[in-house]
Amino acid sequence: MQPLELSGVAKTFTMHLQGGLRLPVLRDLGFSAAAGECVALTGPSGAGKSSVLKLIFGNYRCDEGSIMVRDGDTAVDVARASPRQILSLRRRKLGYVTQFLRAVPRVGALDVVADALIDAPRAAARERAATMLARFNVPERLWGLPPATFSGGEQQRINLARGFAPETPVLLLDEPTASLDAANRDAVVELVRERKEQGTAIVAIVHDDLVREAIADTSIDVTRFAAAA
Amino acid sequence: MNSACENPLLKVEGLTKWYGRRLGCRDVGFDLYEGEVMAVVGESGSGKTTLLQLLSGQMEPSGGCVLYRLRGGSEADVWRMSEPMRRFLFRTDWGYVHQDAQLGLRMGISAGGNVGERLMAVGWRNYGAIRQSAVDWLARVEIDRDRIDDPPRTYSGGMRQRLQIARNLVTAPRLIFMDEPTGGLDVSVQARLLDLLRRLVADLNLAAILVTHDLAVARLLSNRIMVMKAGEVVETGLTDQVLDDPREPYSQLLVSSILPA
Amino acid sequence: MTAPVYNFAYLDEQTKRMIRRAILKAIAIPGYQVPFASREMPMPYGWGTGGVQVTASILGPDDILKVIDQGSDDTTNAVSIRKFFSRTAGVRTTTSTQEATVIQTRHRIPETPLTEQQVLVYQVPIPEPLRFLEPRETETRRMHALSEYGLMHVKLYEDIARHGHIATTYAYPVKVAERYVMDPSPIPKFDNPKLSDCPALQLFGAGREKRIYAIPPYTRVASLDFEDHPFEPYRHEAQCELCGAADSYLDEVITDDAGNRMFVCSDTDYCETRRAAGEGGRKAAAAMERAP
Repeated sequence: MQPLELSGVAKTFTMHLQGGLRLPVLRDLGFSAAAGECVALTGPSGAGKSSVLKLIFGNYRCDEGSIMVRDGDTAVDVARASPRQILSLRRRKLGYVTQFLRAVPRVGALDVVADALIDAPRAAARERAATMLARFNVPERLWGLPPATFSGGEQQRINLARGFAPETPVLLLDEPTASLDAANRDAVVELVRERKEQGTAIVAIVHDDLVREAIADTSIDVTRFAAAA
Repeated sequence: MNSACENPLLKVEGLTKWYGRRLGCRDVGFDLYEGEVMAVVGESGSGKTTLLQLLSGQMEPSGGCVLYRLRGGSEADVWRMSEPMRRFLFRTDWGYVHQDAQLGLRMGISAGGNVGERLMAVGWRNYGAIRQSAVDWLARVEIDRDRIDDPPRTYSGGMRQRLQIARNLVTAPRLIFMDEPTGGLDVSVQARLLDLLRRLVADLNLAAILVTHDLAVARLLSNRIMVMKAGEVVETGLTDQVLDDPREPYSQLLVSSILPA
Repeated sequence: MTAPVYNFAYLDEQTKRMIRRAILKAIAIPGYQVPFASREMPMPYGWGTGGVQVTASILGPDDILKVIDQGSDDTTNAVSIRKFFSRTAGVRTTTSTQEATVIQTRHRIPETPLTEQQVLVYQVPIPEPLRFLEPRETETRRMHALSEYGLMHVKLYEDIARHGHIATTYAYPVKVAERYVMDPSPIPKFDNPKLSDCPALQLFGAGREKRIYAIPPYTRVASLDFEDHPFEPYRHEAQCELCGAADSYLDEVITDDAGNRMFVCSDTDYCETRRAAGEGGRKAAAAMERAP
């Protein structure tokens, strides 16, 4: 059993405010990610790549199919799991670097990252957060400041630190290198390599061809699973 | 985590309330576990405040039941238990934060007295210990310790709310009910209060049910959400699920109605 | 015009029975406030109607009545009430605590220890000890029923926070028979220890608020306090100038325009009895010295 297995996943949005207009996005989507493997999702913008990550994370609810995440000896189907189970999976099994940082007001960057380490004691969480921020070259003087006023690139690096800090068996990356300079792009690539060596299964959306080539073992063209309108 | 945590802290089944022929809320059901924060959102008249009153033992339902897991592990029906028991739970195991702090505080009593009251109600008889506990809690809610002898009449709105929170948390409750806790407060004051609530809920592993009409507050504080309209539950799920991928027409309407800042 | 004829002790017999039933209930549940149908009395509310109704209901023709107001038999109110019973019941009245069988009092407990043959009737303005903190009657009744007395300690806490010590000096709340919290009427804190284990029956009547409560003989009554701020009976620093008593509650009397003052026993009967027995205070000693 792979750490992550999708099968027959379908998603359609129904816009009730537009008279019930239906927007089919995905149909019969299936793939798996093995431990230490990085699967890259490709396709033009609007094809539904981010939606796939959101479905895996349980952020979007899928209409059909199953999304199996390995949990010890069993697997949990995100598509059918209870809210409690999904919250538990997110804490322990599913890491996620979202496309945009949702900054909580008043919380300093270090604590934003440390908050992602829910089950760790506070001091240890802050130490790990500090390590991650350092890896992404976030200067210490910014660690106490709330990221809402940071530049796009700085916010992205906080976001990355937060996503990479907990060492979950499955990691989802949505445009991890957007807004980054070369040095930080390299830091991302390095971290992904380390995680693969640790046996993490990674699903990534990367626009930058060079970075994708550096990290991806498999590519999946999401348009293959586009649903007919 | 011990096995007791595997059982829900609160189990609600078919909860219904009729005000004569007018529907308060109908057929509400969910399980709530320790550490989970559930937001109940809806517009005025949705039934969310009615629901909160039913859940917290303040108003008797017309139908359905509310089952609470006591500290010993056994399950008790909130409306079958004796009134003294229910009042005792309300004062110790549960907290209730009112929208209007004046309803949740004794305005003429000092802050220390307000925080210490619950302790005195459960039998604390050492003045020094009570006062020290009050000092500690005021610090946790970021109220200056030299305000401990001032009555909340002299406090600002935000301070009153924080005092109300301290007053509720002093007996280490496991379940907190909050009714629009940031309603009517200035934006910056709101932010500070939300931050405090977020941290306290996380630090104390509290379960909470939060009634709000503000989706941003729901997103910040809760991990589960229930959308209500005209007394019925329209949609329920994880907060990010319902706010990012709303399925029901009414949920979509609510979410799309938020003005971007 | 002929003089009016009163029923014995003014109240009609049915009313007295109703009040006695309330009294029995009150004795059966020490410290619990029993509602009763308070009657219109020939004095306004606030002038002891509760105490008068209780006394009227228990008085018999052989009783000997003493009435005191702040410890004194000769203030206007004491005199007036004593005359009232004299007229309507024809009972013997006295100023001697030892002689009396029924003592009606406003705001003091006599210094002379009471006996099993006596009944002490207190006049009570506000019977509800929680009233000033919780104005709702519905709520205070619940609190008594469920023994939810945390709020009472809040009041004491506030005192200590504000004054460094429990500043309540009269109407100091007590717990009766380890169950009900009670307001002992505005007696000075000094008198609180006398409430406990008293051989006499103690009855409390509030006419305006329409409540009767009781402490049966030999009942344990504890004044509320904190472990680290225990109840301490008040100790005067002076002695009575007239009789030299060091253990009675003293009144402060201003003697002239220059601010001179003296302390005398509040309980006039106690003071007189001591003086008659030859005890002397400073003044008495000075007078004796001057005597030929």
